[in-house]
Amino acid sequence: MSALAYNPPSFIRRLLGRPLAVLALLWLLLLFVLSVSAPLCAPIDPLEQDLLALKQLPSAEHWLGTDALGRDVFSRMVHGVSITIAGVIEAVVVASLLGLSLGVSAGYFGGMWDRCVQQYVSLVQSLPTMLIMLAVLAVFGQAMLPAMVTLGVMGSAGVSRVLRSVTLAVREELYIAAARISGLSDAQIIVRHVLPRIAGPVIVQMSLFAAIAVIVQTGISFLGLGVAPPAPTWGSMIFEASASLNDFPWLLVPSGGVVALTVLSFGLLGDSLRDTSTESWSRPAVRQGVKARLAVKPQDLPEGVLLSMRDVSIVTSSGQTQRTLVKGVNFDLKQGETLGIVGESGSGKTLTSLSLMGLLPPGVHVSAGTAVIQGEVIDLSNEKRLTQLRGATVGMIFQEPMAALDPCFTIGHQLAEVIRLHGLRAAQVQAKVIELLEQVKIPNPQDVAQRYPHQISGGMAQRVGIARALASEPKILLADEPTTALDVTVQAEILALLRSLSQSRQMAVVLVTHDWGVVADICDRAMVLRHGQVLESATVVDLFHRPQHPYTQALLAANPHSAQPGEVLPTVDDKLMDITGAAA
Amino acid sequence: MNATPLLQVKDLRVDFAQGKGKVFQALKGVSLNIHPGETVGLVGESGSGKTTVGRVILGLTEATSGQVIFDEEDITQASRARRRDLGRDIQVVFQDPYGSLNPARTVGDTLAEPLLGDKSLSPTDIQQRISEVLQRVGMPTDTAQRYPGQFSGGQRQRIAIARAVIAKPRLIVCDEPVSALDLSVQAQVLNLLKELQESMGLAMLFISHDLTVVRHVSHRTVVLYRGGIVEQGDAAQVHEHPQHPYTRALLAAAPVPDPLIQRERRTQFEQARQALAAAT
Repeated sequence: MSALAYNPPSFIRRLLGRPLAVLALLWLLLLFVLSVSAPLCAPIDPLEQDLLALKQLPSAEHWLGTDALGRDVFSRMVHGVSITIAGVIEAVVVASLLGLSLGVSAGYFGGMWDRCVQQYVSLVQSLPTMLIMLAVLAVFGQAMLPAMVTLGVMGSAGVSRVLRSVTLAVREELYIAAARISGLSDAQIIVRHVLPRIAGPVIVQMSLFAAIAVIVQTGISFLGLGVAPPAPTWGSMIFEASASLNDFPWLLVPSGGVVALTVLSFGLLGDSLRDTSTESWSRPAVRQGVKARLAVKPQDLPEGVLLSMRDVSIVTSSGQTQRTLVKGVNFDLKQGETLGIVGESGSGKTLTSLSLMGLLPPGVHVSAGTAVIQGEVIDLSNEKRLTQLRGATVGMIFQEPMAALDPCFTIGHQLAEVIRLHGLRAAQVQAKVIELLEQVKIPNPQDVAQRYPHQISGGMAQRVGIARALASEPKILLADEPTTALDVTVQAEILALLRSLSQSRQMAVVLVTHDWGVVADICDRAMVLRHGQVLESATVVDLFHRPQHPYTQALLAANPHSAQPGEVLPTVDDKLMDITGAAA
Repeated sequence: MNATPLLQVKDLRVDFAQGKGKVFQALKGVSLNIHPGETVGLVGESGSGKTTVGRVILGLTEATSGQVIFDEEDITQASRARRRDLGRDIQVVFQDPYGSLNPARTVGDTLAEPLLGDKSLSPTDIQQRISEVLQRVGMPTDTAQRYPGQFSGGQRQRIAIARAVIAKPRLIVCDEPVSALDLSVQAQVLNLLKELQESMGLAMLFISHDLTVVRHVSHRTVVLYRGGIVEQGDAAQVHEHPQHPYTRALLAAAPVPDPLIQRERRTQFEQARQALAAAT
């Protein structure tokens, strides 16, 4: 699969490109400014009672009206910000410090320490947070700080669990092993390698936890705990509003609204952070309805041609720019013939084969081109028609045989699934499963059918993959690097199997590979692709003995097989430059 | 060639517990020597234990029994502190150039790591060494400020090689260093390894499944099969006159990039495979 050249803008810039994230950030920033400059922007004393102006609606003097005791609602709200913010910060700091150190150390060191941490986390998570906090408030004489610290401790359990699993994944990375070999201490590895990698999940966890902290903090002050009643807090404001809910409902709007907006902001910020951190590998599909043009008539094709691709171009579009990945590929394939598509990564060889299956990755589509399969002209941008052909006419085997099998089901079950699609009765299905496994030369097919994918070897898994493709008796078999992940001895066996199957069933095979040895072994003809263009197409004997294009010549020469051991290998770029230099 | 080997692996055994009291013997008594400035190719298929040999030498996997002797010092049970110092003498190049560099750190940060243990180096010295080594592996000097994500697979492998040689080690374990690379890039990386090995007098353990590549770079070849050595000797000798049936099967299985010759070799492989089945 070709890696698309894609240089993402920085994380912060991508985050600021999301309107919801910007709104959430602006609201939180506004709260912060208000809390710092409370005496300036709300000069009325939040405790000052104006008994002549009770329960007033908003006016120029009282921006958000007054409450049951004639106090200015706006001023109380603004002065309440700092208590809420302070509480949230206390809880978040405790939760992040404790959760980070427990989670990262448990994930990184594992073993006994990990088990202890896991037990502790389970214990904490089983306790009712609110009850513990009420107990703490009772013991510490209703101070907010110990309550929020307790919330942080209770919340750290969940945080540490998430961070532990993230760390477990990072710990297995090769660069950790490389750092260890380079002599870095555990502390250095954690600071230099683990923390930067888990920063994303940490930030997301914290923003979501902050939203919870706002609600809990409001709840405590709603109960009149944490802060002595006359002092302004959001919770006490909601409590006062609920007391006069019937005769003056307006009072609930500013107090409830500010809490709701703040919780929403933290939640939206968390969502945006998560989306921003994952969007680089999960970009949405871009589809453009470009009609492929008809370029071939079935009757124009030579005798015996089973598959013909004409002028196939594949493009990717991200935003405004469109890049051509494959440009005008043509080929014909006869029954029983094997065609090799050879190229390096990014040459478009995989895309060419996938276009025939209608399985192009999101954001990549066929911009032009037709295929003629068994005399029928097929528009390659018509995915519906391609889906019908998939399996029945065109079968496919993949590079990673293990990944192509579902680990939850037995081999027999997975084959039976495909066979049932073709309307066989239950009794026949089992017999067909065994027959297929025999065809791909698996010893003890009865036994293998009952095994799970992890219980068989890679070579065996690829045989099962071939059996599954054969189940629907395809006329054309696409094989994308079918032996790259296998050992050479297994590769030789799989190639021999493919060769005999293609001969006995007169099946046409399209084999995508980067390995010249495989091409020489199994293909009748081969096509060399570079940067999405066909450089040359010939029978294998011609291609190896009389390569026409300088790139093909250079690539063949770069193979250590044809070089003198110990000598410097000719590299492709040197060789190409020599040739163009000589021509000029 | 020096009489005392730089690295001696003596009767190395590694068992992995498989649960339910079962034990998988990854290595069943492997012994090999590497002399200073020598490249030893370690060939085997998946499950042969070739990677485990490298991991034990690097201290990433514990040996069940046997010894690893580096420069006349037994490092089989070396402490973490000793291992940290050894990091300057024994280095590694992994197969996957994407996984072996931390995407969240600049190339310069990564390259500085093997030098952090050396307290005699000032930050300016370290910067100096980084730009030297980048030049050496054919990367532009501004590479140090950039992130691994901005480089191709071949360029990343050059960076990984730069990290391996920056502290001027005496031994490098290369675990399939080119098998994830395209053919044209593979040739460049092999040339680079060869050039560095000759100019710096490095000893290399070159682990690979690809006999052709091993033949090209190594002085001696060791063939590993199911956790044991079946054949070792001069690289040319092993390749031209393989003695063990497994080596013969392995050689015959590798397809040759010539369709006419390859046609003949298919029958050779079939014979070799039957001989191996009979022998084991």
